[in-house]
Amino acid sequence: MMEILEYIGLAMVLIGGLFLFLGALGIYRMPDVYNRLQAGTKASTMGAMSVIMGVGFIEPDWFFKSLIIVVFIAIANPLSSHALARGAYRASLTPFMKKKMDAYEKEFQQKKED
Amino acid sequence: MNTSSLSVSKFLYNWLLMFVVWLGFTTSLAPAELITGAIVSLIVVVMTAKYLNCCGLDIFLPNKLFYISKYIGVFSVALIKSNIDVAKRVLSPNLPINPGIVEIETKLTNEFAKMVLANTITLTPGTLSVDMIGSTYYIHWIDVTTEDPIEAQKEIAKQFEDILLKIFK
Repeated sequence: MMEILEYIGLAMVLIGGLFLFLGALGIYRMPDVYNRLQAGTKASTMGAMSVIMGVGFIEPDWFFKSLIIVVFIAIANPLSSHALARGAYRASLTPFMKKKMDAYEKEFQQKKED
Repeated sequence: MNTSSLSVSKFLYNWLLMFVVWLGFTTSLAPAELITGAIVSLIVVVMTAKYLNCCGLDIFLPNKLFYISKYIGVFSVALIKSNIDVAKRVLSPNLPINPGIVEIETKLTNEFAKMVLANTITLTPGTLSVDMIGSTYYIHWIDVTTEDPIEAQKEIAKQFEDILLKIFK
């Protein structure tokens, strides 16, 4: 029984590591800050959650601790990426677009006219 | 339900939540640990009560618990899908992206529910919430298929919003 849990945990650590690597590759390949945040946030959230849950399975004493940490990550990670994206837009970093589709721009134009 | 009983219910819910976190971290049922945990979580809730107003004890009603577990299920599937989506885009040589920022409207009124929806949108395939002004979300979409707010709302947020509307009346 313990061995099965350990193998599940090792598999989760491996999968998490793989997703973290793909996230890092995404940060390298994507063209601008918003697309990089997309790749970074999703992969790092899932990767970190998977690794930490895997540790919880390998070491059953830590299971509930890792569960709490996973919940914290699920709440905190998207918040930080939202703050970064909003800050980047307000620092007038123009998003990379093949065809211009920017509904957010009008918020700032209205403010200038006021 | 009047205001004072609502705040009592919120207080008890937060106390219970803090106590569960304490139990998770100590993983011990010794009486001394339990009493210390109850006191420490009480102090924490008294200090932070005005910030913690997401939900009250009514969250433990069976139908709400059902929708919460349904939400967690739908969300987990979406999280795995979004990671496979990122992996596909990153690994394909020509980088298939067509990014843009779209706006969608939400019917949610509860502030906490809006925050949950924004976080969920960030973790679901191809979308990242950039800003929320009133009930309008601005969303960076890695592969824009429609610029119409109503169509976009259906594609990005509908399945989560429907469940959240049932949890937060």
